Amino acid sequence: MATSLITYRECLKQAIREALQGDERVFLMGEDVGHYGGAFAVSKGLLQEFGPERIMDTPLSEAGFTGAGIGAALGGMRPIVEIMTINFSLLALDQIANNAATLLHMSGGQLNVPLVIRMSAGIGRQLAAQHSHSWEPLFAHLPGLRVLSVGTHEDARYMLAPALLDPDPVIIFEYTSMLNLEQELQPVEGGVDISKAKIRREGKDISIITYGTGVYKALEAAAELAAAGIEAEVVDLRVLRPLDDETILASVTKTSRAIIVEDASRSVSVSSEVSARITENCFYDLDAPVQRLCGAEVPIPYPKHLEDAAVPQPAQIVSAIKKLLQHA
Amino acid sequence: MAKKGTKTKTTAPLAPELAQKLLYQMLLIRRFEEKAAEMYTKTKIRGFLHLYIGEEAVAVGVMQALRPQDNVLGTYREHGHALVRGLEPNVIMAEMYGRQEGYCRGRGGSMHLFDAKRKFFGGNAIVAGHLALAVGLALADKKMQRNQLTCCFFGEGAMAEGAFHEAMNLAALWQVPVLFVCENNLYAMGTALRYTHAQTDLTLKGAAYGITAAAVDGMDLQAVMEAANTAAATVRKTGKPYFLVCNTYRFRAHSMFDAELYRDKAEVEEWKQRDPIPAFSNTLLQQQLLAEADLQALEARVNEEVQQAIDFAESCSWEPVEEMSRFTYSEKKT
Ligand SMILES: Cc1ncc(C[n+]2csc(CCOP(=O)(O)OP(=O)(O)O)c2C)c(N)n1
Repeated sequence: MATSLITYRECLKQAIREALQGDERVFLMGEDVGHYGGAFAVSKGLLQEFGPERIMDTPLSEAGFTGAGIGAALGGMRPIVEIMTINFSLLALDQIANNAATLLHMSGGQLNVPLVIRMSAGIGRQLAAQHSHSWEPLFAHLPGLRVLSVGTHEDARYMLAPALLDPDPVIIFEYTSMLNLEQELQPVEGGVDISKAKIRREGKDISIITYGTGVYKALEAAAELAAAGIEAEVVDLRVLRPLDDETILASVTKTSRAIIVEDASRSVSVSSEVSARITENCFYDLDAPVQRLCGAEVPIPYPKHLEDAAVPQPAQIVSAIKKLLQHA
Repeated sequence: MAKKGTKTKTTAPLAPELAQKLLYQMLLIRRFEEKAAEMYTKTKIRGFLHLYIGEEAVAVGVMQALRPQDNVLGTYREHGHALVRGLEPNVIMAEMYGRQEGYCRGRGGSMHLFDAKRKFFGGNAIVAGHLALAVGLALADKKMQRNQLTCCFFGEGAMAEGAFHEAMNLAALWQVPVLFVCENNLYAMGTALRYTHAQTDLTLKGAAYGITAAAVDGMDLQAVMEAANTAAATVRKTGKPYFLVCNTYRFRAHSMFDAELYRDKAEVEEWKQRDPIPAFSNTLLQQQLLAEADLQALEARVNEEVQQAIDFAESCSWEPVEEMSRFTYSEKKT
């Protein structure tokens, strides 16, 4: 049977359409989601399909409309706030950190905020230092948020529904560089679990722990390593907060080696946290020190060769793992 | 306090050299950007590329009112402003190619042109992020008792950001010499003015902070010049901020990733009838400040300069990877 291919963009769009169809309280708002068709064409056609009440173009007012999304969620709606890109999310970070993330706890459990905030993220389109950010760690730092990273087509298609069912604020990172990528997609009955990491490939020699754009890179590296007789396991974190310790630690206990891969710069990152938890919890199961491949500690430069050099590439994952296994 | 002024007036003829210089500047922007768009499709330039085509009279008309010691800040749609400020076309193009001979070693590209020597402070790609910088630059000038102004360009979309309102209030509160220039091209990406502003008379937003505000037809070079001269003279005399709205239109897409679903082709064509370049050159021809032959010579000169910029950029080199970390922190400790 011919399997059909679907783009990451189309997965995201189907998820939004399904959410709008399934619950009248759901609406999408953000900059250029309507008339423009979405900055990256994710919401193209949805304005025509659902009308301006449910597909709301906002002015350039990230703090304002994100705060309004929090308010609307308090008022009983189920808003999907789209922040055009993670680069502009800092203008809304006060609302996210000081309101969305705190209200439930600060109100002694009275006020929960059932809000989904989607934003496109990532490095790799030569957009230079103000438009190339992997700031997932900033958000993963904040108690009160659930932080999701969409590293596969499956999650692009199926993460939104459970996120909208969550009584608390959920941040979803989507990756612009993957939008046109085509993959097969298997239907997932009942949606995906947004509390668990997922093993994307099984292996016994080393765990490659990653998220976001790292997932397909790690799978590519694992395939190449397999040809060299090395069986790498690929752990897609998916949920950057709260981290799924169980899956991470089980994988590392099995393989005895771990390398963590992320585009974010190295210091005080998701990989720092995962590395700490591995060492805290399964130090005596390790055959080698935990390794990390991270983004360079620089604002991202525009030219392709420097941008490529600023984030880990599959070839580096392969060589780092070969080196690690030789030394082990 | 807000003055309405979108009508074209009959204006006194300009001195011939000045007239030709201004026409040259507008033409240079136009041809430079047409070439840049071509080089984008040839993948020589990557990332985002925002063209200013159609809006040339604004940068040219405002910038002639500035002095070399004044500060200038622009957005990501700043090639035109950079060219008029006197940044070299060759070096700008090298930057857009990402080559190390560019103004920022190729690290910034199209959206981030900076030239400290010419007091050109970008090239800022977070909408409205540079307005507060303008206030600060002017504050420093005021504290150091330097008699100069700071000119800050931004789009009408930026005026919906909190940062705009904070900057306007600070500038008025602290009485600092900033010339705020709103380039109202009616669209913020694909979102029309009426969908982004409840109050579409933009001058009122300056007036609300007690800032003198005026609007001008941004397709009419001489009207922009007059408005800018008045504005700059007022800022210099009073040391206070001034808000100038230039009503204009971008003929091209927002960036190279824009399918332009949000506006009619007919609307674009209508605005193209008001193209500032033929409008100005026709006036000059009529006033006999320019002959047909001069116009052709000007075109030839501009085309040659643009070709030189391409040749130069092509000949330039890449910054070595080993240098990537440089300037994350200052190299000299002062
Ligand atoms: C804070 C922020 N939000 C969103 C964007 C994405 N963006 C870039 S340009 C733009 C439209 C800006 O419109 P306007 O200020 O009118 O300037 P124009 O592009 O029309 O010159 C948008 C939404 C951004 N760069 N920064």
